[in-house]
Amino acid sequence: MSAIEPVIHVEHSNRASRIGLAIVSCALIALAAAPWWADRANLRLLSEIYAYVALASLWNLLAGYAGLVSVGQHAYVGLGAYGLFALAMLAGVHPLVAIPIAGFAAAVVSVPVALLMFRLRGHYFAIGTWVMAEVFRLSAAQLSALGGGSGTSLPTAIVLSVAGSREMREFTLYWIALALAVAVLAAIVMLLRSRYGLALTAIRDNELGARSNGVDVVRVKYLVYVAVAFGTAMVGALVFLQKIRISPDTAFSVNDWTAYVIFITVIGGIGRIEGPIVGTIVFFLLRQTLADLGAIYLLILGAVAIVVMLKAPKGLWGLIADRYGWQLFPLERRLVIEKRP
Amino acid sequence: MEWVNTIVQGVLLGGLYAMFAAGLSLIFGVMRLVNIAHGDLIVLAAYIALVIVETLGINPLTSLLIVVPVMAAIGYVLQRALLNRTLGDDLLPPLLVTFGLSVIIQNALLQWFSADSRKLNAGNIEIASIHIGGGLAVGVLPLIQFALAVAVIAGLQWLFYRTALGRAFRATSDDQPVAQLMGLNNSHVFALAMALSLAIVAVAGVLLAVRANFDPSIGPARLIFGFEAVIIGGLGSMWGTLAGGVIIGVAQAIGAKIDPGWNLLAGHIAFLIVLALKPEGLFPKVQG
Repeated sequence: MSAIEPVIHVEHSNRASRIGLAIVSCALIALAAAPWWADRANLRLLSEIYAYVALASLWNLLAGYAGLVSVGQHAYVGLGAYGLFALAMLAGVHPLVAIPIAGFAAAVVSVPVALLMFRLRGHYFAIGTWVMAEVFRLSAAQLSALGGGSGTSLPTAIVLSVAGSREMREFTLYWIALALAVAVLAAIVMLLRSRYGLALTAIRDNELGARSNGVDVVRVKYLVYVAVAFGTAMVGALVFLQKIRISPDTAFSVNDWTAYVIFITVIGGIGRIEGPIVGTIVFFLLRQTLADLGAIYLLILGAVAIVVMLKAPKGLWGLIADRYGWQLFPLERRLVIEKRP
Repeated sequence: MEWVNTIVQGVLLGGLYAMFAAGLSLIFGVMRLVNIAHGDLIVLAAYIALVIVETLGINPLTSLLIVVPVMAAIGYVLQRALLNRTLGDDLLPPLLVTFGLSVIIQNALLQWFSADSRKLNAGNIEIASIHIGGGLAVGVLPLIQFALAVAVIAGLQWLFYRTALGRAFRATSDDQPVAQLMGLNNSHVFALAMALSLAIVAVAGVLLAVRANFDPSIGPARLIFGFEAVIIGGLGSMWGTLAGGVIIGVAQAIGAKIDPGWNLLAGHIAFLIVLALKPEGLFPKVQG
C-alpha cells in the first residue's frame, strides 16, 4: 500500500440539486399546512394534483425508465378502487387500512398479468395492457355486490369512520394524498439511486447495451411492473375514497387514468423524475383556464402532447434541464476522487 | 339449432372484425406502426358517410364511392404530414401521436355531432334474409359484410404478392434503407400503405354504421377487437386475421347467448387464452 491512496466515492447531489431539494422541502412544508390557508375547493384541487403527480411518476418509471409503454394503467387504478370498496363494504375493513391492502391485492393480480403481457412486444404490449383493463372493467360490471354496471356509493357509516367531522375527514384525506405522492416520489428517487436504478437508467438509454453488460432486463421489468401496479392501485383506492362513489366506467376510465397521465408525462418530460411534476402543473393550468371549452379543451390537450412529442421529445423539463443543468433531486452519479496524503 | 344459429351469426360478425383488423395489420406489416386512432378513424368514416347520406340522400352502400377515396386521401396526408415523423427505433412517438389523434378525433366528433347515438339506414336490404333450411335464416346484410371482408382480404393478399406496389410494401417492411437504395421513396410508400389502410377503414366504418348504433366514443373498442383478431391470427397472416376475427365474433356470440353481460368479455377471454397458449398466434408468418 502506498502512502497516497485515492479515496473514491460516488456523489449524487450537485449545487443545483441541493437548491432544488431546499425548494422542494419548503414547498412541502407549505403544502402540508394547506388546511390552514386553503379552502375546501382548493384542498380538493391540490389532492387531485397529488394523485396525478403520483400516477404520472409511476407511469414515467414504467415507460420512461423500464421501457414498458403501457396504455392500460387504468386497470390498476380501477382494481385499487374496487379493492377498497370491496374491503370496506364487504369485509368491514377500515377504509384507511384498506388502501395499502388494495394496493397489495392489485400487485398480486399484476403478476400473472405481467406473465401474459410480456409475451407481447412493443406496441402490441401497449394495446394488450388496454385489453386487460377492459377485461377488468367488464368483470367489475358483473359484480352485483358492488352495484354492477351502475356502481355504488360508500355507506355513510364507512365514510364517518375515516374521521368524525367533515372538516377532519377532508384534512385527513388531503394529508394522505400528499403523503402518498411524496412516498411515491421518494420511493422512485431511492429506487433510482440503488443498483436497480443504475440498471433502469441503462435500460432506458440502451436496452441491448444494458443486456450485454449483464443487466437482467426481464427481471427488472417484472419488478418495476409489479411495483408500479402496487402504487397505482393505492392512488386509485385513495382517489375513489375521496369521491365516495364508484362505477366501472369511472374507475376504469382510459381517458382519466391513462390518456391524461401519458400526456402529462410527455409534456413534462419522460424519463426524468421532474417531468411528471412539471407536466401535472401545466395540465392543471391548462384545465383551469380552458375548462369552459368542454370537448375543445381535450382536443387542445391532445394537440399539445403531439406537438411536444415531435418538437421537444424530452418535454418541457428536458428543455430546461439541458440548457441550465438543473435537477430537483439528487440523482446524478459523479465519481469523486480525493487524494489523501 | 339455436346454437348453430348463434355460431353462424358470430362468424358473420367476425367478418366485420376482420375488416377492422385488416387495416391495422397492413400498416403494422409495412412500417411497424400500431395506430391507436384506428378505431376512431373507423368512427370518423361512419360520420363522413352519415353526412354524405344525409346531404345527398343516397344509400349508405353507394356512399362508399365517396367515403373510400376521402378516407384514403386523409390517410395519405396524415402519414406524410405527421406519422412519418414519428417512425424510428423509439416506440413512444408513434404511440403517443396516434393516442393524441384518437383523443382529438373523439372530441372533435363529440363537438360537432354531440354524444347522441346515430345509425345509417340502408333500406329494405337491412331486414332481408335468406332461409338456408332447418329453420336457419341468414341476413342479407351480414352476408354482404362477410363477403366484403373476404374480398378485402383476398384483395390485400393479391396486392401484396402479385403487384409492384405489394413488392414495394414488402421491400420497405423487410429493410427500409435498402428499399430506399433501390429507388423507393419510403415516405411515399408508407403514405400509400396508410391510404390503403384507411380505404379499408372506410368500408369497415360504413358497414359498422349500417349494422349498429354508433357514437363518438365507440372507437377504442373497435381498435381492441381488430387488435385481438390480428394477434389471434398471427402477425403478418391476412387469412389468419380473418380467422382471428371469426374467433372473436363467435366467442362474443356464444358469450352473449349465455349471459348478455358476457358478450364482450367472452371475446377478450378467447384472446387471452390464445395469448397464453400460442402467443405467436394461430397462423404466424412473420416475427414482429
